[in-house]
Amino acid sequence: MSHAIDPYRISEEPFYQPQADEIELYEAAYAERLPVMIKGPTGCGKSRFVEYMAWRLGRPLITVACNEDMTASDLVGRYLLDAGGTRWLDGPLTTAARIGAICYLDEIVEARQDTTVVIHPLTDHRRQLPLDKKGELVHAHPDFQLVISYNPGYQSLMKDLKQSTKQRFAGMDFDYAPPPVEAGILVRETGIDEETAMKLVKIGATARNLKGHGLDEGISTRLLVYAAQLIKRGIKPNAACRMALVRPITDDMDIRITLDHAIDVVFGQA
Amino acid sequence: MQPTPPAPSSSLKPQTSSLVDLYRPQLTCNFGQLEDVFPDCIAEAVALLSPQGVKDYLDGASLICRIGRGFEPVLIYLEEMPQVASQLGEGTLELVSRTVWRLSRGTNGKAIPHFLQTIAEAARRLGSEESLERYVDLMMGLANRTSTSIHGNQNATFPSPGLPLFLDQVPFLLSQLSLEGLKNWVEYGIHNYNGHPERQKDYFGLQSADSRAILQRERRGTLFMDRERQLDLYMKALWETKTQYVPYSEGWDELRKPVPYYDHLGIRVPDVYDDIRAPLSNSPPDSGGKGKRLPAGEILVSGIDRYRALLAHIAAHRRWSEPLIADNFSPFQRVAIETFEDSRVEWLAMAQYPGLRRIWLALHPRPGEEDCDPERESCIRHRLAMFSRALLDPNHGYRNADLLEFAAKFHELMQSKDNSTKAVAGLAVSYIARTRRQADLSPNVYFTDTLIDYRDDNRHLWRYIEEGDEEERFDEERKLPPEEKETDRLPPRHYPEWDYQTKTYRPDWVSLYESLHPAGDPMRIDALLSKHEQLTKRLKQVMDLLKPQHFVRVRYQEEGSELDLDVALRSLIDLRAGSQPDPRINMSHRNDGRDIAVMLLLDLSQSLREIPEGCTQTLLELSQEAVALMAWAVDQLGDEFAIAGFSSNSRHEVRYQHIKGYSERWDDRVKARLAAMEAGYSTRMGAALRHAAHYLKTRKADKKLLLVLTDGEPSDIDASDPRLLIHDAHKAVQELDQQGIYTYCINLDPNADDYVKEIFGHQYTVIDRVERLPEKLPRLFMSLTR
Ligand SMILES: Nc1ncnc2c1ncn2[C@@H]1O[C@H](COP(=O)(O)OP(=O)(O)OP(=O)(O)O)[C@@H](O)[C@H]1O
Ligand SMILES: [Mg+2]
Repeated sequence: MSHAIDPYRISEEPFYQPQADEIELYEAAYAERLPVMIKGPTGCGKSRFVEYMAWRLGRPLITVACNEDMTASDLVGRYLLDAGGTRWLDGPLTTAARIGAICYLDEIVEARQDTTVVIHPLTDHRRQLPLDKKGELVHAHPDFQLVISYNPGYQSLMKDLKQSTKQRFAGMDFDYAPPPVEAGILVRETGIDEETAMKLVKIGATARNLKGHGLDEGISTRLLVYAAQLIKRGIKPNAACRMALVRPITDDMDIRITLDHAIDVVFGQA
Repeated sequence: MQPTPPAPSSSLKPQTSSLVDLYRPQLTCNFGQLEDVFPDCIAEAVALLSPQGVKDYLDGASLICRIGRGFEPVLIYLEEMPQVASQLGEGTLELVSRTVWRLSRGTNGKAIPHFLQTIAEAARRLGSEESLERYVDLMMGLANRTSTSIHGNQNATFPSPGLPLFLDQVPFLLSQLSLEGLKNWVEYGIHNYNGHPERQKDYFGLQSADSRAILQRERRGTLFMDRERQLDLYMKALWETKTQYVPYSEGWDELRKPVPYYDHLGIRVPDVYDDIRAPLSNSPPDSGGKGKRLPAGEILVSGIDRYRALLAHIAAHRRWSEPLIADNFSPFQRVAIETFEDSRVEWLAMAQYPGLRRIWLALHPRPGEEDCDPERESCIRHRLAMFSRALLDPNHGYRNADLLEFAAKFHELMQSKDNSTKAVAGLAVSYIARTRRQADLSPNVYFTDTLIDYRDDNRHLWRYIEEGDEEERFDEERKLPPEEKETDRLPPRHYPEWDYQTKTYRPDWVSLYESLHPAGDPMRIDALLSKHEQLTKRLKQVMDLLKPQHFVRVRYQEEGSELDLDVALRSLIDLRAGSQPDPRINMSHRNDGRDIAVMLLLDLSQSLREIPEGCTQTLLELSQEAVALMAWAVDQLGDEFAIAGFSSNSRHEVRYQHIKGYSERWDDRVKARLAAMEAGYSTRMGAALRHAAHYLKTRKADKKLLLVLTDGEPSDIDASDPRLLIHDAHKAVQELDQQGIYTYCINLDPNADDYVKEIFGHQYTVIDRVERLPEKLPRLFMSLTR
């Protein structure tokens, strides 16, 4: 059974703006092949970071977006029926373990806990993956690494990870970048001018001040990028911001009115 | 698992009865019904009022008792006034009782209960003692002016026909009108229908067409109370602060028109702002030149933007102004410094929010350069208002050389490194020296177009040395809870405490005493629940979705306990037909039971006795309601559930009160304990968390949730470094996490963000609108466990 590595390779350097020493820390964790857990609010650059690290380390990257309906077979693999009988197909986790890729399980808390436990034997010193149905024990490739991410802002007891799962990972905390850095990201990502970028970031900050006061999440860097893209296309800043920054995050009228006003005073027109 | 709690201590009963013994003699009143309500009323009064306030309260009630109108007025007074007085000020106690007395002396005695019924709502809408007084004056004016005889007999033998009807409409009227609007509406009614009792009744009962029309006419503008939440959010989002507000009315002719200001009680704001509209034609054209004239009547600045303009100005002062010593400057220098400082903080604010310029500019007067004659009148205000205009308006068009020079200096200074209050004060002083005129001292001061009414009066800017220390004294009296007996307690448990400075635990540092919470009347809790009947209905719908449907069939499984025939057949057909069959031909059953153990830990410290701004109940009462609702909900869901309260009195005495155990049902015994919930002492949170965890840990459930309901940061009398208890609480949360317990904090302190995050990480909510806690708590629980 052979697997092509190439489709999983990242050929071009993704743009990633470091915030602190996260690159160095990740490299050290990778050198030891420690599984890594990345925590942070939505749209703050977690996925982008992993992509960048895979490129930097020259490893293929296999990303799985987790969801509630995902079963263990979706990760590990399954038998398919075909005219000739049955045929085994590796799941993404198994593939990654075989070819020595970095396997990134995005939003792992979304998966049911009985699904999550299949990663356990891969995350301790054994570095193995038993394929019970196939009767095979896969020994992970020496370059294989597991990375998971989740958003601790989702406050649900039911969606928290089990202690026994958490305790298998080295953890990294991510957050939205400080204002000038975040503005720099917008400039690089969209080609928007610096001044407009700073204004968008300022609006982001006002919304983040309301977190816990009627907003579950502030405005993410991702949404700021969207707003910048719309402005770049020639949409008026105020309209672009309303559309990309305010409407998606809340239906609370008082908060909308407040954020709309923030947009007006930051862009200085109304 | 559960320790057998000791027999309920009966410390509560003697307490209340001793209050009755102490205070009942001070109330001269002999209605039989009084004895039933007195204990509750006096307990509330003592909890909320100062000793003098309690005395005024009892005197007021005695006075009302004497008017000979039965028990009803006394009852309303006793029940409503503690809340009103604790929110608006204790002066209201006498205000209301004397008003009742005055009404009883005239012909309008029948209106007394109607009047008293309006007090609670009027207090809530009006928000300050001063405004309540205005309302009372207005009401008395109406009473007096409409009760003179209809036949020209000056002895006032006939009561006002409109007064009782008016009073019944007051709650509605106040929800529609500012105090000034109400005054105008009343004036119109008195003026036009004084001689027609029937038509007067129609007017004040809101029955006649013109009555409604005048209401509509007066209903312009933006009422502060209707926008308070939006303005709270505004301050939070754009200025990262949270304050109290004290609304005032502008509708009374006074020597000095009231202006906004702020001090330690909060920000004084007008109770209403009208929209500002473009003037009707034939007004002078825009002197700034490039003005395209707006159509007449178009809104230039909306009421809400006027509030924002005011709050932004004040927020800017609070962020950037530093006080100066008043004694070092002459009065002229001071007014100049104030103007320059206003412009300075606005400049800094506009650097962040350029759009503020449009709003401020639209509200700023535009004094004409030649309007004031410096030979004959004092032009000092005029000069400064022009200067201020020039700094805000790039197209100001003024040509005065000094003004232009100093405006340039101002901008230069603002761009420089030292642009402090002090620096700009220096500039102001030299401006005043340069532009001094003989007539400045003239009593004939030019005022037109010099009042900048979105700005506060700058009282915060000055410190006085001479008149002794102006320091505010916060020596509020501590009302200590009565002593509790030391009996009926289990031996203490000892818990460590984390010392963040040495990064070590202090072993067995805290002694925790667990006891059974005393019991009260369980009916009170049932009454609270029935009060929220609508809410419980809505919650029930949500809960039905959460309820475990124990056996759920899960289809489309590759492996499962049974073959799913439908799917299997379809797959077989696909296979025969040579296409890729779906391999998920099995089904299984899943036991979808919720397996959750919950512990609700209540902070019962002293601060819970406060009535938060905008509420009519104490935090304690709100918590009681909320806990009752949540307990009811959890009981319906069938999750394992326990409740406990805690408070502390130094590390030697952390009290942990058992309210509901896991093995107890949600029944009268538990409700009785909840009904007797009391607040006192401090908040040593770490030990309480650890103790709660010690119960939760032994539960078998899959998921363990510890909910902490608190209204402030950890503190205790023997902890001088507040960081210590915050760090310890955080450490405790980490320990709990290790034990598989998910801790979540519901915080009622609007300023909690800083410390609550430090303790609970992301696992918290701050409830800004505390009055909605009863609704929020059960919902929060459900969303946490969804
Ligand atoms: N440090 C960064 N460098 C470059 N781009 C960034 C950075 N942080 C955020 N971005 C931008 O924000 C967008 C969203 O980031 P990303 O998809 O990595 O978020 P995420 O944290 O994975 O969010 P989610 O939790 O919703 O999956 C990216 O597409 C990128 O444009
Ligand atoms: Mg992502």
